[in-house]
Amino acid sequence: MYVAVKGGERAIDAAHAWLAEERRGDASVPELSLAQIREQMSLAVNRVMAEGSLYDPDLAALAIKQARGDLIEAIFLIRAYRTTLPRIGHSRAVDTGAMRCDRRISATFKDAPGGQVLGPTFDYTHRLLDFKLAAEGGTPSAREAEPLAPEVPRITEFLNRDGLIQDEVRSEDTPPDMTRQPMEYPANRALRLQALTRGDEGFVLGMAYSTQRGYGRNHPFVGELRIGAVEVEMEIPELGFDICIGEVTLTECETVNQFMGSKTEPPQFTRGYGLVFGQTERKAIAMALVDRALRWEELGEENVGAPAQDEEFVLAHSDNIQATGFLEHIKLPHYVDFQSELELVRKMRKGAEGAMKEAAE
Amino acid sequence: MTAMQHDPAYNFAYLDEQTKRMIRRALLKALAIPGYQVPFASREMPMPYGWGTGGVQVTAACLTPEDRLKVIDQGADDTTNAVSIRKFFERTAGVETTEHTTDSTIIQTRHRIPEAPLTEGQILVYQVPIPEPLRFLEPRETETRKMHALEEYGLMYVKLYEDIAHNGAISTAYAYPVKVEGRYVMDPSPIPKFDNPRLESAAIQLFGAGREQRIYAVPPYTQVVSLDFEDHPFEASKADHDCDLCGCGTSYLDEVIVDDAGGRMFVCSDTDFCAGRRAEGHRGRLSGEDAA
Repeated sequence: MYVAVKGGERAIDAAHAWLAEERRGDASVPELSLAQIREQMSLAVNRVMAEGSLYDPDLAALAIKQARGDLIEAIFLIRAYRTTLPRIGHSRAVDTGAMRCDRRISATFKDAPGGQVLGPTFDYTHRLLDFKLAAEGGTPSAREAEPLAPEVPRITEFLNRDGLIQDEVRSEDTPPDMTRQPMEYPANRALRLQALTRGDEGFVLGMAYSTQRGYGRNHPFVGELRIGAVEVEMEIPELGFDICIGEVTLTECETVNQFMGSKTEPPQFTRGYGLVFGQTERKAIAMALVDRALRWEELGEENVGAPAQDEEFVLAHSDNIQATGFLEHIKLPHYVDFQSELELVRKMRKGAEGAMKEAAE
Repeated sequence: MTAMQHDPAYNFAYLDEQTKRMIRRALLKALAIPGYQVPFASREMPMPYGWGTGGVQVTAACLTPEDRLKVIDQGADDTTNAVSIRKFFERTAGVETTEHTTDSTIIQTRHRIPEAPLTEGQILVYQVPIPEPLRFLEPRETETRKMHALEEYGLMYVKLYEDIAHNGAISTAYAYPVKVEGRYVMDPSPIPKFDNPRLESAAIQLFGAGREQRIYAVPPYTQVVSLDFEDHPFEASKADHDCDLCGCGTSYLDEVIVDDAGGRMFVCSDTDFCAGRRAEGHRGRLSGEDAA
């Protein structure tokens, strides 16, 4: 007669077996290879690397396959794996000025040294379903151009030369590492940027969008957006000099934002900054807008109470692994706490009914 | 019950030694300042945030190969998440596990304190969702930390008072706030308030909140007082029944709906406690002769 959750262990094993079968889908359809995911679902791979905080396209492809295409689940797999990796050392700060750009655009100048390079973008495609892809896509090839110059100058530096844009304060301080230290508020900008670059794309996008619609508006222009490969260098103590240990693709966005000036500063432009693993430009632009909104205090602006200006609100809720875990944990049994609430509500109802009866008499 | 070899692909108890050392430092600090929430660099674990990652990290940092681990959720050893966490440590630490409270050296729990009194040398590890007792009164961490520092707990008493004014009673049934050693107001995790008196214990009690990156502790024999008023004293309540399986009249009970007509039975939430009593020959209203 007593039918409580017995046999949890057998149920879990059975659920996992069923999950594995569902993951494979119809066995008459060929199985996806990791190389296929890596090459043909590359923007999904990029998002998993960015929010998983681990640059490894093969592992990201594996995670996507294992997660049945659920990207947050894939990010979770990558994050959990990342925990087990030893920290061997730190790279030098990457030099995005020396990026080998596949794409580089500026919305603030019609043309600029280095040129406007569209690169592989959806921007001017018409969003019409291409039914040809439903058959065989074939292997299209694009014309090749000469590579860009090895150092493409930054658009914002042209503004900086004239003092028209706020200068970033240089710092040689070692930035905090949010994966090794507990989050502390108020956070500094380095910490905020770390949280934003691994933050959920949808959340950061929504926050950025809210600033555009007037909740902490900061008039952004895309000063420059560049996507390409940069070298990662590390100093090897035994050698005493830096060597290149690999290459990562990054998306960098610098926004140029209006600033009316304050008591201490004349009017000039200000900056927002986004830097994300892989080709992830929606995220990088959104990150730059949110970064700029969070800088209100440092720039002497007014806090208008907009959500995107609220550091604790933004940073505490941007991580989709934290959010999804806590959200979904309400599926776990809660019958002990529910029972205590039941007792309380029954008792309070009894009290209230008694009082109502008395009042009626 | 079973000890096995731990999976050699992972370090003992999953976390690397550096991380365990960092957690142990936080634990020592937490024990030195009872009830104080110590920030720690919580790691991403292979189970979701909100599913016991804080407790799992604390357990991982405390486990030795000689330990006997018990894992419960809602008081029961066989609830799915307890099974999952127990399996995790069987695989990654290879430690012996048990369902018997008295045989265990470390107990990881969610939402209950075992009925059997804990003893010196035992460690009770709680999984904590929201470590900050003031969080639902003040959402900002920057503010609540200040409030703790200044021992400014007026807001909490106002909340409890408003409960009484509106409902005639304090309407907190679980995660009922306590004051530890006369200093810090602490969230005891979502245990029913029935369990609150047993927060004063001979065992070490450690609380881990993974997502919120906090660890806190109640050392053995520490004073733990449930907040109340002189004219509305704290009351540890439970369902007004006896266990239908073992007949116990003093244990915390789960209510189980047993038929389509809404028929109910009440059973001990602590499954080990209930099974132990039945083995001793105790019987409840609905246990047949073969129920043991």
